[in-house]
Amino acid sequence: MDQFSRIHRAATLLTAVTATALALTAPASAQETFKLGIVTFLSGPAADSFGVPARNGGQFVIDQLNKGAAPAPYQKVGFGGMKIEPVIIDENGGATKQVQELRNLYQRDNVDAVLGYISSGDCLAVAPIAEELKKLLVLMDCGTPRIFEEAKYNYVFRTASHATMDNVGLVRYMKAKNVKMDTLSAINQDYAWGQDSRADFVAAAQQLYPNVKLATDLLPKFGAGQYGTEISALVGAGSDVVYSSLWGGDLQAFVLQSAPRGLPKRSQLVFSAADHVLPPLGDKMPDGTIIGARGAYGLMSQKSPLNDWLFKGYEAANGVYPVQAAYRITQSILGLKAAVEKAMAKNGGKKPSSDELVAAMTGLEWQSPGGLIQMKLADGHQAIQSIAFSRTKYNPDLKRVDLVDVLYFPAECVNPPPGVKSLDWIKGGMQGAKCN
Amino acid sequence: MNFFLTIVVDGLIQASWLFIVALGMTLVFGVLKILNIAHGSFYALGAYIAATAVTMVAAHSLPPSVGFVAMLVSVALIASAVGFLLERGLLKMFYGRDEVVLLLVTYAVFLILEDVTKLIWGVNPIYATQPYELFGNVAFAGLYYVGYDLVLIPISAAIGLAVWYGLNRTVTGKIVLAVIHNEEMSVSMGVKVNRVYAVAFAFGVLLAALAGALTAPKISMQPGLSSDVIILSFAIVVIGGLGSVEGAAVGAVLVGLARAASVHLMPQAELFMIYLIMTGVLMFRPEGLFTRETARRI
Repeated sequence: MDQFSRIHRAATLLTAVTATALALTAPASAQETFKLGIVTFLSGPAADSFGVPARNGGQFVIDQLNKGAAPAPYQKVGFGGMKIEPVIIDENGGATKQVQELRNLYQRDNVDAVLGYISSGDCLAVAPIAEELKKLLVLMDCGTPRIFEEAKYNYVFRTASHATMDNVGLVRYMKAKNVKMDTLSAINQDYAWGQDSRADFVAAAQQLYPNVKLATDLLPKFGAGQYGTEISALVGAGSDVVYSSLWGGDLQAFVLQSAPRGLPKRSQLVFSAADHVLPPLGDKMPDGTIIGARGAYGLMSQKSPLNDWLFKGYEAANGVYPVQAAYRITQSILGLKAAVEKAMAKNGGKKPSSDELVAAMTGLEWQSPGGLIQMKLADGHQAIQSIAFSRTKYNPDLKRVDLVDVLYFPAECVNPPPGVKSLDWIKGGMQGAKCN
Repeated sequence: MNFFLTIVVDGLIQASWLFIVALGMTLVFGVLKILNIAHGSFYALGAYIAATAVTMVAAHSLPPSVGFVAMLVSVALIASAVGFLLERGLLKMFYGRDEVVLLLVTYAVFLILEDVTKLIWGVNPIYATQPYELFGNVAFAGLYYVGYDLVLIPISAAIGLAVWYGLNRTVTGKIVLAVIHNEEMSVSMGVKVNRVYAVAFAFGVLLAALAGALTAPKISMQPGLSSDVIILSFAIVVIGGLGSVEGAAVGAVLVGLARAASVHLMPQAELFMIYLIMTGVLMFRPEGLFTRETARRI
């Protein structure tokens, strides 16, 4: 081989290597997309209450971001200039199916990140899979505190507070409003969400109402639908307060069946997550019921440009105001957008890898329509946020349930501090809570 | 005393709808020897049809009583037609095959009907609450009960008695019993067994759908409604003895009362109660409480 040939081959090789290196380090182009797996209930018991509002909220936000039409600080198109390409999957079908679907999203559809999950059972099942595959998973809704309290994850984040906030806040609201609670009865679904919610509420009640006695404590199965016997037991117990974390069709059926039997007249009903059933129940929801929305959401949300954008835009697009699931997916997408853009600012504008996204998301803070979201727990992987509670009052003119007597609680008043398990924090007297 | 009465009333309310569903399943098994997995789907079908009928009536500002009648009539007509067509168009092709084949066929029907209901009614919950207020509220045993729930007790008792009377005191019923006892002998005596099969299956479907319709005003109709009912009705039929009307009644009352007692006395055990009863009964009577004696054929 002559010298010219060797130089030519070396030059060719160098060109190829340089081109490859340039391609790998080039800033994200306008044509590049961010493929986002979104998992939410499109069928089944949770679809109407959570899944479909979440899907609708997600579609609204992604459309707005892709058009560059969101308010500051989210006006940049898509994620850092990359259009968001959603791949939407139905969460219905159980945890085993969701594990398979998550693998498909990462390995077959090659999504850049997965965002979703409403069911606590599904969240518990899919988190280890994302960790095993070293892919970013953003949990947007599920409530059980156990995800980060019983395991440690690097690639998994939850962009909303867990259920402890709902229950501690609910008891604080009752105390602030002088609700009498010498006796308490409870009805919760017999699975992760119901059991964890019940444990948190009872423990918080015992802290703020030291003399409270737990009378009837019911755990019907998920999707029971008929609560005749349970209602007899609750009415018979005659407790001052009946607490429930029921949701969706179960909560609606419970309200429909218990109201004619006089339960709301005999006991103060307190529901930790009930805003989503107000539109379908209408005047069937008893006045004076104390409810939470798992955040300062919907009719309890506070005015801000971001909130106006979501509330009015969602209402115009869907003919109904947004409830908790729409808010929670919105804050999740905005959080991911903030993380992507933070990572891109660090790596010279390239599309970030999973590890770069993890670094950017850890400990992140961002504004959402429901207020400030702070990734403060679980080494920066679990969010805390503020929450609101209120009482229901049917408005015959607007033919909708209004929410009155609203109180807001700051994030650090109702969430445990870093490094402390929720139940331990509650049972220890909720030390370090900052409520003013 | 009031506490005891509450358990009895709650148990009977639960038993009433359980009995109607289980009665349909046990009849189909008794006559056709089919363990019908699709039975829960017919229950769901009845609930959805009822919701549609009630909603349509309410949309015309007609009183809830009209909605109640409309839901029962529409469910009766549609469910019996569906049952008849299904038996004539599908099941009869598999008679004489292994029982497992028929079990799989009904499982296939279950899967198809699950998707058909989604296709027609969508995946979101549907409500049809108007008839629930029809009978007002009744003070009883120190509590208020919804009159609608209490009315279900005599309705299911009437259905049970009518079926028992029809089977045991009418010529048609005796023909059906003859087919249950000995199909070959019935054929040789000139009984049109195919006709009996079709009517029995359609009637079983009708009962399942009727139970769904009667339950519809107090629940939300949504996908997945059918699965729980299959388990419950199957457990009751097994407790009572496959093919026995009396068994279905006793099984439903046992399960209803046990679940009610459990919720009032030991809520943690409620989910296990049905399996506890089933295990207890099967330990001592492996063929259920009311299985008929059958003559051994030589």
